[in-house]
Amino acid sequence: MDIIISNSSNEPIYEQIREQIKNKIVASELSPGDRLPSIRTLAKDLRVSVITTKSAYDDLEREGFVETIPSKGTYVAAKNRELLREEQLKKIEKLIETAVSLAKVSLIEKEKLDEMIDIFYEED
Amino acid sequence: MENAIEVRNLKKKYDGFALKGINITVPRGMIVGLIGENGAGKTTTIKSILNLIKVDEGTISIFGYDHIEDEKRIKDEIGVVLDDSFLSDYLTVAHVDKVLSSLYENWDSKLFFKYIESFKLPKDKMIKDFSSGMKMKLKVLAAICHHHKLLILDEPTSGLDPVARNEILDMFQEFIEDEENSILVSSHITTDLEHIADYIIYISDGEVVISKTKDELLDKYGIVRCTKDEYSSISKDDYVKCKKNRYDYELLVEDRQVFKNKYRNLDVIDKPTLEEIMLIFVKGE
Repeated sequence: MDIIISNSSNEPIYEQIREQIKNKIVASELSPGDRLPSIRTLAKDLRVSVITTKSAYDDLEREGFVETIPSKGTYVAAKNRELLREEQLKKIEKLIETAVSLAKVSLIEKEKLDEMIDIFYEED
Repeated sequence: MENAIEVRNLKKKYDGFALKGINITVPRGMIVGLIGENGAGKTTTIKSILNLIKVDEGTISIFGYDHIEDEKRIKDEIGVVLDDSFLSDYLTVAHVDKVLSSLYENWDSKLFFKYIESFKLPKDKMIKDFSSGMKMKLKVLAAICHHHKLLILDEPTSGLDPVARNEILDMFQEFIEDEENSILVSSHITTDLEHIADYIIYISDGEVVISKTKDELLDKYGIVRCTKDEYSSISKDDYVKCKKNRYDYELLVEDRQVFKNKYRNLDVIDKPTLEEIMLIFVKGE
């Protein structure tokens, strides 16, 4: 599992860890039932403090992405993918909203927007 | 959760220097980093915890036991690294293993030699011919390989190069992988603690001035850099300390997000390093 941490980023380290694990769940790099490293092992391997990895796991658990079974470990939760999809959709909605209001202000017609989306979709 | 170390209202007076009621908690399973200038009281605090010096006032307990009454029981649980070496210069690694295994019931020769191998420490060279990095690694090993539950170290990384420091920090993190184990470590090389410490306690002039989780310090605190004019618009309640430089003023604030929302015209707000926090505290007002 790759996790890349930037020390100079303004984003707190626990958030960086949380987001990257989340992304791995979305991308199916981590599947339901997969066991995550213990907070202590992860802290050691990432060279961060235990409290940092614990905050990341606590957040993931609160958001329903992982489950911790006491004295056994932390596992990727079963129903997380729909949850994530929902979350991603909300993010996309927000971004589209911004795009549309910007388009309206600049008198750019809807067809033009559709066209742009098509282009981006086909790009990769 | 029971604490590994609890220091309450520790006072000790010397000529021209005093610990003025120090409070320190080391929770089980955590690494607590003690930072502060030279002479701020870090070593005095550590020596008090180990009952190497008599305190004037206050209570110190280790795993819930009083540090004087139950000294013997406690000492069996602690590995210690102090500044002055206790290993004779005329010993070799093999001798050290022999001496310590006869002294300590729980001495783990296998673990000791595993580390010796991985650090490539020479087994039959006398310690006097070791570099300072090699000596320190050996000292830390001598403290770790007893399967103690608590490690207390005073400046274990000072004078070492980055590679050696990192290897020692790795040892610490391996040590607390067992969640029963805890570490209290003092250092003025704050970058070391920036990575691995869970809590930071900053002692200045015999007082604890900051005691927080490291994440809270680095993720919430901020350093505002502004002009003299801008400074005059900032309320005294909104910053902790201000350091006045020739060209700019540096303000330490407790929550950079909150500050940013309140003073929208000030846009230079940086994430702090422990070193910057210390500098503003010492030089600021």
